Amino acid sequence: MSNASTTLSCYHCGNEVPDASIATAEKYFCCSGCKTVYELLNDYELCTYYELNKKPGLTQNRISRKEKYAFLEDAEIQKKLIHFSNGQQSQVSFYLPQIHCSSCLWLLENIQKVDEGIVSSRVNFTKKEIFIVFDPKITSLRKVVETLESVGYEPHLSLNEISSKAGRKTDRTRWYKIGVAGFCFSNIMMMSFADYLAVSNTVDAGIAFMLKAIIVLLSLPVLFYSATEFFISAWNGLKHKYLNIDFPVALALAITFSRSMYEILSGTGSGYLDSMSGIVFFMLIGRWLQARTYQTISFDRDYKSFFPIALNVVKDGSITPTEISKVKENDVIQVYSNEIIPVDAILSKGNAKIDYSFVSGESFPVQVNIGEIIYAGGKQIEGLLELIVVKEVSQSYLTNLWNNPVFTKKEAPKKSTYDIIGKYFTYLVLALGLSAGWYWYGKGEPVLMWNAITTVLIVACPCALLLSENYTNGNILRIFGLNKFYLRSPEMIEKLSKINHIVLDKTGTITQANGANVRYTGKILTPEYRRIIASLLNQSSHPASKLAADFLNEKELSEVVHYKEVEGMGIEGWVSEHHIKLGSSKFVGGAYNNEKPGTKVVAYVDGEIVGEFTISNKYRFGVTKLIQSLKKKYTLSLISGDNDAELENIEDLLGKDSDVLFNQSPQQKLEYINQLQRNYGQNVAMIGDGLNDAGALKQSDLGIAVVDAGNNFSPSSDGIIEATKLTLLDTFIQFAITGKKVILFTFAISVIYNVIGLYFAIQGILSPVIAAILMPSSSITIIGLTYGLTEWAAGHYGLKEYKKQPFPNPN
Amino acid sequence: MSVIIILLIVSICISGGFLAAFLWSVRDGQFDDDQSPAQRMLFDQKITKK
Repeated sequence: MSNASTTLSCYHCGNEVPDASIATAEKYFCCSGCKTVYELLNDYELCTYYELNKKPGLTQNRISRKEKYAFLEDAEIQKKLIHFSNGQQSQVSFYLPQIHCSSCLWLLENIQKVDEGIVSSRVNFTKKEIFIVFDPKITSLRKVVETLESVGYEPHLSLNEISSKAGRKTDRTRWYKIGVAGFCFSNIMMMSFADYLAVSNTVDAGIAFMLKAIIVLLSLPVLFYSATEFFISAWNGLKHKYLNIDFPVALALAITFSRSMYEILSGTGSGYLDSMSGIVFFMLIGRWLQARTYQTISFDRDYKSFFPIALNVVKDGSITPTEISKVKENDVIQVYSNEIIPVDAILSKGNAKIDYSFVSGESFPVQVNIGEIIYAGGKQIEGLLELIVVKEVSQSYLTNLWNNPVFTKKEAPKKSTYDIIGKYFTYLVLALGLSAGWYWYGKGEPVLMWNAITTVLIVACPCALLLSENYTNGNILRIFGLNKFYLRSPEMIEKLSKINHIVLDKTGTITQANGANVRYTGKILTPEYRRIIASLLNQSSHPASKLAADFLNEKELSEVVHYKEVEGMGIEGWVSEHHIKLGSSKFVGGAYNNEKPGTKVVAYVDGEIVGEFTISNKYRFGVTKLIQSLKKKYTLSLISGDNDAELENIEDLLGKDSDVLFNQSPQQKLEYINQLQRNYGQNVAMIGDGLNDAGALKQSDLGIAVVDAGNNFSPSSDGIIEATKLTLLDTFIQFAITGKKVILFTFAISVIYNVIGLYFAIQGILSPVIAAILMPSSSITIIGLTYGLTEWAAGHYGLKEYKKQPFPNPN
Repeated sequence: MSVIIILLIVSICISGGFLAAFLWSVRDGQFDDDQSPAQRMLFDQKITKK
């Protein structure tokens, strides 16, 4: 990938170095931000950071405001962020999305060298969190945050951090349950072994009693502690009037236990407690495998994780940082470069260029004039603004989307294919057991009748189906995770396999949110024309002018006279005795070439149209190929909040029969998905990235959010995919379909074991020894097969390429 | 043969000890984060404060 020999790369972040002007001690940097971090670390003798990994940093090419964290001095905000404080020590934890390698870990755990007041710091790599203990007498919360920021790890502080009260605690109960089940299982096995041997030898009654007593005692925690989740889930299913797959499992466990207790207490046999605890142990491990991959990723983010904690409110000439919930209507607020405006407000001072790409999907920043309204969620690009609040955070235009019933209604548990198979399997087994019982009853053999009924249920429980589902899905989730595609829960794999309609968002999903392609068509520009056009473009702050000026990249500029800017139309002026007009074809009075679509800047010099600049979106790498392959298998639609400048490009890409809709509000996007589902019965996958997609993502059968690496925000969704891996989407769906086949195949294999068991059970002669051999071997076969098959399929689909990547592999 | 009872009790006690150790380690948070400790052990000694 890197060709370090020809181009210099930044010592801190590895970005390309444009010119070798920023350097110190033979080390080159891409920007002064990176250099500052290096110098700071060098001063504190923390350069091991650069030795552990090459170029471990993230680019620091941004300027941060000095008073940015002044709001952290507010006592109430502090109270909400600090977990614990006793005057000697304060404890706080931050989410640092930048954490990605061992250098990060090393630096952050030695951060006390930079700030004396930090007592200790500990990183949780999986969660990308740092836990800091500091002495509030020496340092302060604000200083701690500023220290982290100065070394390139700016904590993610948003409204969400202070409004969600309960700390994110890790749930360890599953570990306890597995530990207890494993312990009891192995010991019951050992005791049973002694018991089975004793059948042929005469052992004195004392020992036999002792063995059974221990077995019974050990089985109690398995049933009443480790296996509780199966009973709870089965009960919840019953409450919603449907049989989920946990129901037959719970039933089998209950019957196995009572039958065994009866045998042991009546002295007629030794029971099936070893098989029962074994199956509980294996099933718990399967559940753990399923759950572990996605526990650290937050799928439920809303606008609160996007909005800042505090705003600067101007009152009687003084500026006070104020918590957002306390900002009221008619307050005057200040907003700085690169900050998000969390309220609807009227511009009263400053030059506003607002980037709405995240909230509405518009790809170019919008110029806002004094007196006009700025909607919540917009981001100021450059310069200080003063605004008058019109609507508070909770009532703004953007947050209204979250009042839609889609966000509040609770979903009833949906039946998966496996639940349905499990249900019929249960009916079949019950029928078999009862008919075998009926047969023996007719023969006048009541003992055999009870034997048959109970043992049929014990041996034929669909544990195998549950096991193969859990282990297969667990491994699929793991492989997805390694390929930077994270699903909220294993049920989503099945949903993914059923998708037949894919709806795409444009801005930020298939195109890059920032960045544009500029093309020039027309007469060849002489150096003089280049210079004069660039000079005029340089006068305007309109985004299109900036892009065209960057495209020309002229260093020497001439003076512009009689400069005039017509809002929304174009610019005009005289440079070196030439009359130049630049702008829309309406403004200039003609176009050079009407065929090419996109936003245009037509250039007119001295009474003649010389050419035009076409500005179009930059598509993500590989998107064309992805759409080509998706087009063959699924119906595609594109729905965007942006204007229709890209219409023709997109129609070329998707094909004429796909729906392509522009200028859609978040609400309309949601409605569109709803219509596809209701009127056409489609299984819709929505791929989006912004807050304006939040409703559509929620409404769709499977909402997938696209994130750029290092970006810490994604709207609430069922899955998160890293932008660079979007091209693998088709492969992911194929893999999910294969996963389903693997589950059904392994289940079919396990049925063979069941048939052998049933052969004995129906005759009423299933001995505990046979059960003890059959059940674990069936479980182990399933585990081995599911793992082997999913790994093979992953290799087949090329999903193991991640192994070839170098270290950074946080998940 | 009754010695088997003593053996059983001893073996259960030993495995019970391992169970207790496991539960203790879970409680202590050893299983919360399986990545940072693996990397932390590769670092040289912690830098002491200036």
